[in-house]
Amino acid sequence: MSNDPIHQFHINKWVPIDVGGIDLSFTNSSAFMLATVGVASAFLYLTSSNRGLIPTRLQSVSEMAYEFVASTLRESAGNAGMKFFPFVFSLFMFVLVANMLGMFPYFFTVTSQIIVTFALAILVIGTVLTYGFMKHGFKFLGVFVPSGVPAPLLLLVVPIEIISFLSRPISLSVRLFANMLAGHITLKVFAGFVASLSAFGAIGVGGAILPLAMTVALTGLEFLVAFLQAYVFTVLTCMYLNDAVHPGGH
Amino acid sequence: MATGKRPDKSGSVDAPGAGKMPASDELDSRRRSLEAKLVSKGVGPKASSDDKGTETAAGVAQAMKLSSEFIAGVLAGAGLGWLADRFLGTSPWGLIILLLLGFCAGTLNILRSAGHVAENRGLTSIKEVDRDKPE
Repeated sequence: MSNDPIHQFHINKWVPIDVGGIDLSFTNSSAFMLATVGVASAFLYLTSSNRGLIPTRLQSVSEMAYEFVASTLRESAGNAGMKFFPFVFSLFMFVLVANMLGMFPYFFTVTSQIIVTFALAILVIGTVLTYGFMKHGFKFLGVFVPSGVPAPLLLLVVPIEIISFLSRPISLSVRLFANMLAGHITLKVFAGFVASLSAFGAIGVGGAILPLAMTVALTGLEFLVAFLQAYVFTVLTCMYLNDAVHPGGH
Repeated sequence: MATGKRPDKSGSVDAPGAGKMPASDELDSRRRSLEAKLVSKGVGPKASSDDKGTETAAGVAQAMKLSSEFIAGVLAGAGLGWLADRFLGTSPWGLIILLLLGFCAGTLNILRSAGHVAENRGLTSIKEVDRDKPE
């Protein structure tokens, strides 16, 4: 049972709450989401509270995070996109801290639940749509009409563009979720090999060195993936926001 | 053998005279010969295999990205088709047509993220101009 690689993704109700037939229980997932927000805000608040001209180590970490997201956003959405900075920065910190917290043994990985990543992606696309229509009105629909396409082909191209647009939240959420899920399962499976191999006596213990080394290497890789996926999520968010700030037709 | 001999000789000649400039020259030449030696000894191949490792990691990331783009396109098309059938009663045509369109959209997504198709051609130039404008 302890070797079950899926077991780590089980959602357990900590405080059952039921409002009018809707299950609003406080689960381990909600607890770790709260922990993520808590850790992220506490870190940023504490490291920037007594800010010095010469930053301390931790202060420079939070400054680096700020600069990193700010330059990513400015590069892909221009200066007009900077009004979305708080949103993008919160998303980045949430995903990054959630991924990193998930790397602790026995911790629950929030971003390995597709509903969480899908909610984040819907938040992004919802922002793009709302802001796009607010700012540009129906001209925002120009996003779906590539210029230079003959009119008869538009009948085919516009639906394809619309479906392609609608597939964005799906690919955004599936990518983050699949990476975290696959990485954690692989890690657990290899770690499980160590335990089950070492049950076979001396030869088993000798053989268990191989999966152990693999687990160590995979752990390093997982930290990389955890950071990389937070970065990819942020970059794609910036690119989609760019559509809202600068839709094609004017 | 020859490289071992040369620094000794030049060192003994330069030491009383010009001071540090020739010594740094000599260091450079030594470093260069060391690099050449290391490459010939097979440190070079090790570095290239390292490159291969990062290449496969990048390849896996690329594969993950492209496949999720494609699957997302097909899923979005199928979802729309199912919704259309359900609420407009066009079963099964909505699902068939929109699934095919979703397939197209998935392919378009892949080509776009691989950089083979421009993002909405012709509009990018307008975007560039717009971005250059000061706020």
